[in-house]
Amino acid sequence: MKFTLSWLKDYTSIEYSPSEIAEKLTMAGLEVDAFERRFAYLDKVVVSRVKSVQKHPSADNLTCCKVDVGADVDGKETILNIVCGAPNVKEGLVVACALVGAVLPSDIEIKKSKLRGEISEGMLCSVSELCLNPDLDRAAFGGKSFGIMELDDNLTIGLPLADALNLDDYTFEVDLTPNRADCLSVIGLAREVAAFKINQSGGTKEITAQIKHLNIPFKNTNFESSYNSLLDNQFSIDDFAKVKIFDPDLCPRYTAGMLIDVKVGQSPFWLQDRLLSVGLTPINNIVDVTNFVMMETGQPLHAFDYDNIAKKTIEVKRAGSAVEFKTLDSKTHTLDPEMLMICDGERPVGIAGVMGGENSEILDTTTRVLVESACFDAVSIRRTAKRSGINSDASHRFERGVDPVATKDVLKWAIYLMAKVSGAKIVNGLIDENPIKYQPTKIAVNTDSLNARLGTNLSYSQIKRYIESVGFEVIKADANNLMMVTPPSFRVDVTRAEDISEEVARLWGYDNIPTTFPKVPVKGDAPSSRLIIREQIRDIMNGFGFSEALNYSFTSAISCDNLCLDASDERRSVETIINPISEELAVLRSSLIFGLLENMKKNNSQQIDTLRLFEVGKVFIATKKGEQPIEKEMVAGIWSGFRDSIAWDSKAFVSDFFDIKGVVQGLLSSLGIGMNNMLFENADPLLFPYYQKGHGAMLKLLIGSEQKLIGSLGKIGGDVLKNFGLKQGAFIFEIDLEALLGLLPAPNGMSKTASLPKFPSLSRDMTLILDSEIQAGAVLSEILSLKESLIPILEDAFIFDLYEGKPLRDGKKSISIRLVYRSWEKTLTEKMVSSIHADISKRIIEQYGADLPSS
Amino acid sequence: MDKLEDSQHSNLQEIEQEAFREIGGAKSLDSLESLSTKYLGRKGILTAFLRNIPKLPVEARPSAGKNANLLKLRLEEVFNRLKAEIESNFDSSDQIDVTLPGRAFTRGTLHPVTKISREIISIFTRIGFEIAEGPEVETDYYNFEALNIPKYHPARDMQDTFYVAENIVLRTHTSPTQPRVMQKVNPPVRIIAPGKVYRCDSDVTHTPMFHQVEGLMVDQDVSFGDLKGTLTTFIHKLFDEDISLRFRPSFFPFTEPSAEVDIRCVMCRGKGCRVCSGTGWLEVLGAGMVHPAVFENVGYDTEKYTGFAFGMGIERLAMLKYGIDDLRKFFENDMRFLRQF
Repeated sequence: MKFTLSWLKDYTSIEYSPSEIAEKLTMAGLEVDAFERRFAYLDKVVVSRVKSVQKHPSADNLTCCKVDVGADVDGKETILNIVCGAPNVKEGLVVACALVGAVLPSDIEIKKSKLRGEISEGMLCSVSELCLNPDLDRAAFGGKSFGIMELDDNLTIGLPLADALNLDDYTFEVDLTPNRADCLSVIGLAREVAAFKINQSGGTKEITAQIKHLNIPFKNTNFESSYNSLLDNQFSIDDFAKVKIFDPDLCPRYTAGMLIDVKVGQSPFWLQDRLLSVGLTPINNIVDVTNFVMMETGQPLHAFDYDNIAKKTIEVKRAGSAVEFKTLDSKTHTLDPEMLMICDGERPVGIAGVMGGENSEILDTTTRVLVESACFDAVSIRRTAKRSGINSDASHRFERGVDPVATKDVLKWAIYLMAKVSGAKIVNGLIDENPIKYQPTKIAVNTDSLNARLGTNLSYSQIKRYIESVGFEVIKADANNLMMVTPPSFRVDVTRAEDISEEVARLWGYDNIPTTFPKVPVKGDAPSSRLIIREQIRDIMNGFGFSEALNYSFTSAISCDNLCLDASDERRSVETIINPISEELAVLRSSLIFGLLENMKKNNSQQIDTLRLFEVGKVFIATKKGEQPIEKEMVAGIWSGFRDSIAWDSKAFVSDFFDIKGVVQGLLSSLGIGMNNMLFENADPLLFPYYQKGHGAMLKLLIGSEQKLIGSLGKIGGDVLKNFGLKQGAFIFEIDLEALLGLLPAPNGMSKTASLPKFPSLSRDMTLILDSEIQAGAVLSEILSLKESLIPILEDAFIFDLYEGKPLRDGKKSISIRLVYRSWEKTLTEKMVSSIHADISKRIIEQYGADLPSS
Repeated sequence: MDKLEDSQHSNLQEIEQEAFREIGGAKSLDSLESLSTKYLGRKGILTAFLRNIPKLPVEARPSAGKNANLLKLRLEEVFNRLKAEIESNFDSSDQIDVTLPGRAFTRGTLHPVTKISREIISIFTRIGFEIAEGPEVETDYYNFEALNIPKYHPARDMQDTFYVAENIVLRTHTSPTQPRVMQKVNPPVRIIAPGKVYRCDSDVTHTPMFHQVEGLMVDQDVSFGDLKGTLTTFIHKLFDEDISLRFRPSFFPFTEPSAEVDIRCVMCRGKGCRVCSGTGWLEVLGAGMVHPAVFENVGYDTEKYTGFAFGMGIERLAMLKYGIDDLRKFFENDMRFLRQF
């Protein structure tokens, strides 16, 4: 909402500076985004005197002038050469000169230039070029100005024009919250500013009505007689039109008036100027009045060309069927049956409260005008505006709520103004169909509760004065701390006691409310396991050298294709955004891998080839249409490039599968999962097609005798790398945190710390030559399984060497395993361990058909 | 008498001269060790001399004892110093280049959003708030209706909403956590709810996804003053005690009265700069007293309970705290950016 200081002053006297007004409005909940000097564009237009005029050597209708634009900083007179085309330019004339650098309202920037070969260092301006009142031109005649603007002879040469003509005004832009429909009008804002004055005075003066401190022209005592002087008593409105409201639920009130002998034309300067000052474009005198009055009062109006209204009838009703309708912006809309329409006796002539129809708009030829001022249901207007995609100044106001009481007063004022500016006569009488009468709200306010809510200690009379200052009526109720409050009809947002508390708070000043602290009982509950574990994961990953990434939850619909996911993969069930920002962000991600691969590409393009990134976040799997998707929290990581940073003492190794596997094992064991409970199996290519064949693993957790798939890890396959535009290898893991959380010990639970052994251990190695396809893990877990059942003194076993190649035969590998033995009761003897170790070796050799090394 | 004294004296001098001559020739730790034993050992020359002093004439004893002890101290000092020198210079070619870099143990970094979230959460949990979370894909009911934002209410324009179905949205704020928690527990309620939120908006100062922290406190006798106190404490802990706050009336359908909270610009301290667009203030929070309609929707007694709620954008606070100049950097995951936190 835009307004100017001068317009505001029409309704209330103002003793504040523009910056004070901005500050006060902002602190009263009407945030001023910006305010600026309206005539700043005149800073480089100065009062000047034409010293001489000569004919232009090569253009008949141009002259070359020498113009005195005043003294420069050194007090030296500055004479400019200016080429002028105005017929009224003559020697000695005092005129407005735009200097080089000035930008005129039409966005023309004045530059030093040559006009038909003659240098011109400025421009002598007309009133219309400066968007100024023609009356400021001494030579204006009959409200019209011709040629360049002629100024008073005694003005100081060189003075900026705004100063010389006392053009001092400010434009304010208020960012209104949707509840303050009443301030979508200059009068509404004036009401607020007037309230500052009342509240600042601080006295106990009773305020009976807001009208008393505002100067609203159509509320003045002499308005009625001025109005009556424009009446045409020959006819009555009933001779011209009747109004029928078919759907009073959507239109509680409809008022209308008539003008005859209308001469449609340009509006007078004051009217155009008011519209221009708030960013509206003047169109013609009738339409300009509707816009002016709307900006002034907040009540949208519409003017119909009466001669295009069929059967002298206005019907207010739902469209009923889906017909097409062309609005006055020449756009065709298909009407929804529920939309409220203004119809004549035959067809729709306007979308109620949104926009009029082209079929009945005011044209230059219009002579009879029917003017509408109505009240429409806010929700209906909003639905219509949304569906039709029209956001007009009218719909903006109706959606937020228009004063249901002012409808007719505003109509009368608008008709009066139209008659004044178009030379029309007003037809006697106004139509006022009002099937649903406005019922004022009565709100019981307990001042103790109000003070408790705010944390204040305001007296009954203070509270009363604050809300009365903005037009609320207060009646004292039986009890001392009770009041009955009636909000003014334009405050459609105020419906309950809490709303009154806000009015009091904002007028008293939020800054004046004492700062206190809540009394908080001690609880001390710990966060949920999920929250603790999520943060633990972040810390562990940091410890492993992984930095945290954070990707959008959106991805492209083709991401699943890029990851080569199978048609049956649940991750193909992506949730699709109906109104996405772009194709790249059109669906919700079903895996964290998309984002991490994108991050790798982005970093590689910045010559960052080695990266370790992880992300913790949700993925989304669509369920039934119209239901919320499944949200699963996941953790994923990517390792690409070198294992270690390039260093002086070692060869740089490219990271590989066992690096990422180590990360996964380290992460899970840090979270309390035993190494032996993590199972790594060859990845099923149907489930995990994005890993290079033979280089991916599924991660299962062993819970009792059950195995639960919770994630996967591996080397990204060549196709997928290509799809993501990647040129180097990448190792990924992704773990389903939802599944994992249920399998982890409670982070703050009790636990039992193992006691330490008292007796030394003994180690024995075994080296086995096995068929290559036999998995090391299988052999190892077979050995370890003995520990539970047969061989309690077996403490641990681990692989310490692996060899393939000569002198081994093809298809063979050698694995060296170290077994650690320890007893809790005694020191083991060499003899005893050797015998048990030989038994185990024999068992394993037989089971896997292993050979022993030849030496 | 004189003679005897002289002979004793010259004897000690000889010992001294001989000892230093021999020490001067010692090149190894071993030879120093054996010289040390030779003079100072249990059966050493100097030890023997000292042991012999009682046999000297009475008059000669004091000076002989004093001089012998002084020599013993000097010799000990010299042996120790030379041993230390030899030990440290055992092989002068065996030197490392200490300026070579150490082997890297590089810790990863937290995302700035996580880093500041932890700090925000820590401040609120210290003053008794608990953490709650909710779904990111919400029903229209929890995102809007339960928060007193009916369909076709102009307040819906305040947040550009992503839809996945007619009544399913990507939550536009963390506020739906409020009714979700209140439906489950009775007052007193004291929660904060951090998380991702989504708005259909993308330009230099908006990303379609960002993070918020919601706060809610409900109890008997909770006032707007308490809201001011709580948020003031929070801002003071997050930035510093000198940062003043300004509460401005505003509008949110789920609070009444509602406030926008500005803090004194942390960059220019109110003088006016680029970050605060010259105003000296930064808008960082939305807040207010919980609207009774919200309590009615969750079945709380509006006569008995009052409460306050607040919400803040995490990225905005991170930008201020860490001096990040471009919102989009949060989601580009450039290592050079991430490594700084």
